[in-house]
Formats: sequence, C-alpha cells, structure tokens
Amino acid sequence: MITRDDVEHISWLASVKIEDAEKDEFVEQFNSILDYFHQLDEVKTDGVEPTYRVVDISNIFREDVACQSLSQEEALRNAPRRENGYFKSPRIV
Amino acid sequence: MLAQLRNRLESGSAEEYLSILFEKAERSRLNGFTTLAKESALESAREFDRKPWGGLMAGVPIAIKECISTSGIETNCSSRILQGYVPPFDAHVIERLKAEGAIVMGKTNMDEFAMGSSTETSCFGPTHNPWDLDCVPGGSSGGSAAVVAGGEAPAALGSDTGGSVRCPASFCGIVGLKPTYGLVSRFGLIAYANSLEQIGPLTQSVEDTALLMEIIAGHDWRDSTSAEMDRWSYLADLDKGVSGLKIGIPKEYFGEGVNKDVERAVWEAISTLEGLGASWQEVSLPHTRYALAAYYVIAMSEASSNLARFDGLRYGLRVGEDKDWHTTFSEIRAQGFGPEVKRRILLGTYALSAGYYGRYYLKALKVRTLIKEDFLHAFKDVDIVAGPTMPIPAFRIGERINDPLSLYLADVFTVPINLAGVPAISVPCGFAGRLPIGLQLIGRHFDEATVLRAAHAFETATSFHDARPEVV
Repeated sequence: MITRDDVEHISWLASVKIEDAEKDEFVEQFNSILDYFHQLDEVKTDGVEPTYRVVDISNIFREDVACQSLSQEEALRNAPRRENGYFKSPRIV
Repeated sequence: MLAQLRNRLESGSAEEYLSILFEKAERSRLNGFTTLAKESALESAREFDRKPWGGLMAGVPIAIKECISTSGIETNCSSRILQGYVPPFDAHVIERLKAEGAIVMGKTNMDEFAMGSSTETSCFGPTHNPWDLDCVPGGSSGGSAAVVAGGEAPAALGSDTGGSVRCPASFCGIVGLKPTYGLVSRFGLIAYANSLEQIGPLTQSVEDTALLMEIIAGHDWRDSTSAEMDRWSYLADLDKGVSGLKIGIPKEYFGEGVNKDVERAVWEAISTLEGLGASWQEVSLPHTRYALAAYYVIAMSEASSNLARFDGLRYGLRVGEDKDWHTTFSEIRAQGFGPEVKRRILLGTYALSAGYYGRYYLKALKVRTLIKEDFLHAFKDVDIVAGPTMPIPAFRIGERINDPLSLYLADVFTVPINLAGVPAISVPCGFAGRLPIGLQLIGRHFDEATVLRAAHAFETATSFHDARPEVV
C-alpha cells in the first residue's frame, strides 16, 4: 500500500512538487495501478534473463574526432535565463 | 497517393496545393495541428515551383508529430514545460525527408510527452476524430492521424512507444507502421521510453507507408541503438502477393474484452487474405496478459529518468524567483507537467527506488524476455501474426480520461509488439457503425517487407482505405 507519506517522498525524489489537494487522488490512483502491476508476481521468472535492449547491439565505438557542433549562441537561444554567455542556474551554495 | 501527388506537383503548383491544405487546416475543427509552419513551407513551395528539385518526396508536404525535432519550428511535446522551445537541429528522419525533397508543413498534437492513447492529455486540448468529432482520434499520435484522415496533410510521421502510431491509425481509418526497434534512428525524437519507441509513418495507403520507410529507415551513428542493416527496398516487393504466406492467429487476441464488430471485421480480413492464397493457423502468445503490466512498469521507469532533463535551465518553462536548486526545479516541474506525466514520473521513480527495483523494474524486464520469446516461438511456424490493433473502436472524449487504468487497458494488443521490438502495421479493415476498425499485422524483426506486402495485398483487395470522413 502506498500512503500519503510515500507520495510525498517520491515527489521529493522525482523533483515534482505535489499540491496537498492532489495527494489523496494520487494515493488512490497509485494503489490501483500498483495493484494491477502485482499480477507480474504470478509469472515464474527463475533463470530468465532481463531484456534491456530487444536488438543486441553493444559497445558502439567511434573515433574521437571533433565534428561540427552548435555555436554558443545557438545552444543558449532557448535558455530562459542566461548571463554573460552562460546558462543561469539557481544558487547552489 | 504520394507518388502521384509528387508527379502532379512537379507539373502543377506546390504553393497552390499547400495553400489549400493550410486553408483547410485553419478552418478545421479537428485541432490536429499545433503549429502551421506557413512561412517556411510556402517559401519552400515557391522555390520548388520556380525550380523543381528531385527526390522521392519532391515538393510534397508532410506533417510531423510534436515530439520530433524540427530545426526552426517549435517542438514542445504538447507540454507546457517545453512551450516556446525551437530546436536548433533536425531529427534524423527530418534530414532524410528534406534530402528527398519533402516540405515540413507543421507540427501535430499529441498526448503530452506521448503518454496516452487518446490525445486528451495535450496542453493544447484534445484532438477530435474526423469520423465523429465527439470521439478521440486515438493516441498518442492523434494529431498526425487526424490530419491525414481529415485530408489536411497527405502524410505524417508519428512515434510509437506502446501503440502510439497504430492506435490512432486504427481509430482514424488510415495506415500506420511501427518499425522494428533500431530500424529508424531516434536521433531528435524527444525520449519518453527509449527502449520501446520508434518513429513511424501515418498515411492513406500501404504504398505511401512503404515509400516513407524507404526514406526514414537506415543506420545513423547518432543513435547508439540504430541497427547497421543493408538498405532494403520496401517498394520493390510490395506487389508480390500473399500466396503461400502463413498467418498465425493468436488465440489470446480474441474473446473477452474485444468488441464484437472488431472481432467480426478482423476475421473477415483473415478470410480475405486466405482468399488471396495465404493460409492461417492458431498460435499462442501465452504471456500476452502480462504485457500491459510489464509495459507500464518499464515505460514509467524509463520516463522518470528521461524526463529528469526538464528543469527550465537550458530550455523550457522557468517560473518565479529562483530559490534553492531543488525547490526551483520542483516548482517548475509541478507547473510544467500535466497530471498523467506526473503520475508516470512518480510511479516510475517509485518502481526504480531502493527496495522496489527488483520487484517491479527487473521483474518487468524478465517478463519482457518471455513476451519476446512468445513471438520468436510463433514465428518458427508462421510468417506473420494477425489480430485486432485495438480491442475497441474510438471511444468518446472524456469517457476514460479520469480513470487512468481503464485507458491503459485499451493498449492490450499494441504494447506486446514494442516489448518484443518486432514491426507491426495497422490497416483499415471495416467499421463499427461509422467508426473505423484496424487490422494489425505483426512480423519478424526487420521483416517490414513481408508485413507491408501482406498489408498491401489486403488493401488492394478491399476498399476500406478509400472511405473518407465527411466532416470539417
């Protein structure tokens, strides 16, 4: 069972603020969805390997050569706040 | 279709044709387009009219789903958090389309970040089904399907993570293909669940889908999951028919939960293919009933990681005064994401969190292996697998949106295909009242050619794809 406290904790982990008014609805919906997920418990998976990628491709290498990239101006164009050619972030310390 | 249109534009006027489409889109009640790239598209069309260029799509306009990056044209995944974002680059598929002479005419509505089967979770409001404006067009590529079915665009691209091309193709009575995972580069596709999704065409005919696949399939080093395959002509084998083709009918895809009209139309379609020289036999995909749970655990987990990048720093929504790092981002994300996106991020975060990883995520990946093996096993005996694309015809706008689980259940026959990574097409095969029904044909990994050939044979023998809605 997911509780209100769990929803608050997950919302902190996910960096998505949840309003008080939304919490009860999420608790109810999450429990019904997780309840549905629990049918996976019925499946015997001993010795079954997990599938991370359906098509087997691994370790794709390329030569480390510089190629054309975005200009600073292009990279910054969509940034809502910027200063002196940098992205402007909230204060960290 | 597209090839004929191309010939007509070469001798006629691309500008005139495009203007008619724009006029129609502007009067439309479908809400299929989110952005019309009028200026850049009409400029390209005038240039084409002055001096026509070559290519498989020379002068032909195409509509693009909101989650596929288009240089200079806003790309926002129908989400508030990305409104105003204009990509400085083109997705691989857009580069390929432009190289073949196509003109990007605009962007189409979708469920926010492709999370939905109805195009109701968009921040631009729902798209309407052209066959019945009170019904959903399916989703998440609902805008792309609606504008093609409604005659506002000759073709479109969508993306399919758990059915998002095939579901709206089925609900809107057009053709939609989800290619084999790795066949089409995802470079420039804004990720939702990256191990499941592929970009695919939405068109009025199978031939048009084959033509677009000819253009967009192929290796791209910028997508590390892009397969290195020899180039294949999807058009060359299209007319070869289905004589001797073995079709598997999964018993799990019929019966409880499947609408009677859908079931009848799909069986009639199988008889049609039989009449054309194919044979069918029952096959079993025993883990089908666990596919939805496995799919949603995996998709939500991947989403929680993929959508962590939206923080208002480099692009997108930034609100209020900056506070501390965590509070600022949490508030931006609270305002920027809609309820369904929040639900999936939070549930995915939970499924990946300490103590639950093994129970949910790892377990789902193991069930995924069993579902893939179901298909590999079936394909030892048959060449393609056939069934309904959706268990039901289009439902009414608002009918399911407040009950997320009931909406998820509609994806029962589309999500196993993404889990297995195999290709599947939806083609029109009948009507329930005035609402279209889709037949789903599923193939072996990288065997799009057989899927397209069977779909083309069916389409040539029937007239469902010729029917057009009267609205708008």
